[in-house]
Amino acid sequence: MSIATTTTGPRRGWRSAATWFGAAIVGIAAFCAIFAPLLVPHDPFAQDLGKRLLVPFWMEGSDPQHLLGTDQLGRDYLSRLIWGCRISMLIGVTVSIVSGLIGITLGVLGGFLGGRVDDAVLFAITTRLSIPVVLVALAVVGLLGSSMTLLLLTLGLLLWDRFAVVARSTTMQVRNLDYVAAAWCAGCSRFRILTREVLPNIASHLVVVATLEIALAILLEATLSFLGLGVPPPLPSWGLMIAEAKDYMFFSPWVIMIPGVALFVLVLGINLLGDGLRDQFGARSEP
Amino acid sequence: MLRFLVRRLIVALLVAATVMVLAFIMTRLSGDLAISIAGPNATQADVEAVRKAYGLDRPLVTQFFDWAGRAAMGDLGESYFFKSRVSALIGERMPVTLTLGISGLLIALLVSLPLGILAAVRENTSFDRVVQLVALLGQAMPSFWLGLLLMILFGLKLGWLPISGTDSWEGFVMPAVVLAFSAIPALTRLTRAGMIQAMGSDYIRTARAKGLSRASIILKHALRNAAIPVVAIAAVQLGFMLGGSIVIEQIFALHGVGFLAWESIAKNDFPVVQSVVLVLAVIYIGLTTLADLMNAVLDPRLRGA
Repeated sequence: MSIATTTTGPRRGWRSAATWFGAAIVGIAAFCAIFAPLLVPHDPFAQDLGKRLLVPFWMEGSDPQHLLGTDQLGRDYLSRLIWGCRISMLIGVTVSIVSGLIGITLGVLGGFLGGRVDDAVLFAITTRLSIPVVLVALAVVGLLGSSMTLLLLTLGLLLWDRFAVVARSTTMQVRNLDYVAAAWCAGCSRFRILTREVLPNIASHLVVVATLEIALAILLEATLSFLGLGVPPPLPSWGLMIAEAKDYMFFSPWVIMIPGVALFVLVLGINLLGDGLRDQFGARSEP
Repeated sequence: MLRFLVRRLIVALLVAATVMVLAFIMTRLSGDLAISIAGPNATQADVEAVRKAYGLDRPLVTQFFDWAGRAAMGDLGESYFFKSRVSALIGERMPVTLTLGISGLLIALLVSLPLGILAAVRENTSFDRVVQLVALLGQAMPSFWLGLLLMILFGLKLGWLPISGTDSWEGFVMPAVVLAFSAIPALTRLTRAGMIQAMGSDYIRTARAKGLSRASIILKHALRNAAIPVVAIAAVQLGFMLGGSIVIEQIFALHGVGFLAWESIAKNDFPVVQSVVLVLAVIYIGLTTLADLMNAVLDPRLRGA
């Protein structure tokens, strides 16, 4: 259950350069996501069949109008990349909120009430873990037709397990602490104890889980979109960009390199930030 | 021990039953299945005929118990598109997915166990930091993208490996490596953390005091204790890998169970889709139950849980 985290050795938390690096990446991504309509140099949906598959700036014969080149339909790659960041961040944050609401509610109730309720929560977690996420998400989107709302709900309903596990185990620890006992003695209601005593004290653990879940949701969305059952085209999801570029990758590898690197760096940044926050809070992200 | 075993098996069966209900509901979410099976050019009469032929005119509860009852006996129904038994279809495709999953897990263990042990023994050295960095990078790598990169490098540029197909064992190399990659970060981190905890414990100090060799302490005393969570996670990872192999099978055109599911989703072939979900879930439940039992054998303290 408990895995000792060492406190000696390299600098951790906000004293570590890795945390700041992660925070910078997340900051840039958030900026791009929020201000995407103002930042894009071209319309990310406008096709120009006369300018198909233009190469990016570091290659011979690039067009200064299109810094990262254009895709197979002549759409500006940089603009699509920025717009894709908006979609990734939107999905990551929304899915994390939906799954957080479900997981935290279940976990806190199970950990706080114990007994039968806790058995039911544990059973729900076990059942959820036995369901193959990618397959079920693909099936639901495939059978119902792809839309952003459906994708957000499906992923949210599938990814709450880690929230529930961490919320449950931290609530169990907090429940037995002196200040909770004091609140009982002072005659506080259950609801008040939950919202005023328990939740604030497990919040830091949940923030860490939330960052990791955002990264996971972004990766999953890209995977589903890559398989053609995620974000509906012509929206420029990074996974969809890689899927559409796949046919050209042997002749012009940069078409899959650019969105792939963006995805990799964003997920890396979020994970670095999450690890840094975990060390800073002394929190756990794993059961 | 017997009580633990029985209780664990009952939970496993209940979870499997719940997954059955969920898989059934999932395929019915899309509304009228008869319309999607009959196709876009069907008349009202065609739809009615399809509904009757597939028994979709019966109440949902009846349909569920009919399916669940047969599924429990190993009969998963008939595919609408392939026009053959679903169990035969899955049985045909399973060897590819199992080969992929097991070789992926073996590669992952071969990489992450030594890395995790060495990183723990040399905690806070530059080697340790490099291992942690690699785990971090691996965690952020989208597996489908890694697959494409390997295809460009080893398939096209170097020409060492075929980019698709399962005609020879070489066709499995790249897919298995990509699949292994998804499990390596978690397994390495866990091995390292478990070893660090074990190395700091009292029985290791005792072993040192007895003057045992370093190799014997690490391999016999610490590893045995650190192995407990790793065994559990390895089983869980194999389950995830079988579920996640749908992506890898699609990229490398391996005709396994994942590929079958992908084809069936595209064709609204819901008996196949719900059966694949069920079969993968049952395999996962079996693996985790087995892991729990193995842990209980390795560590008697866990039997009370």
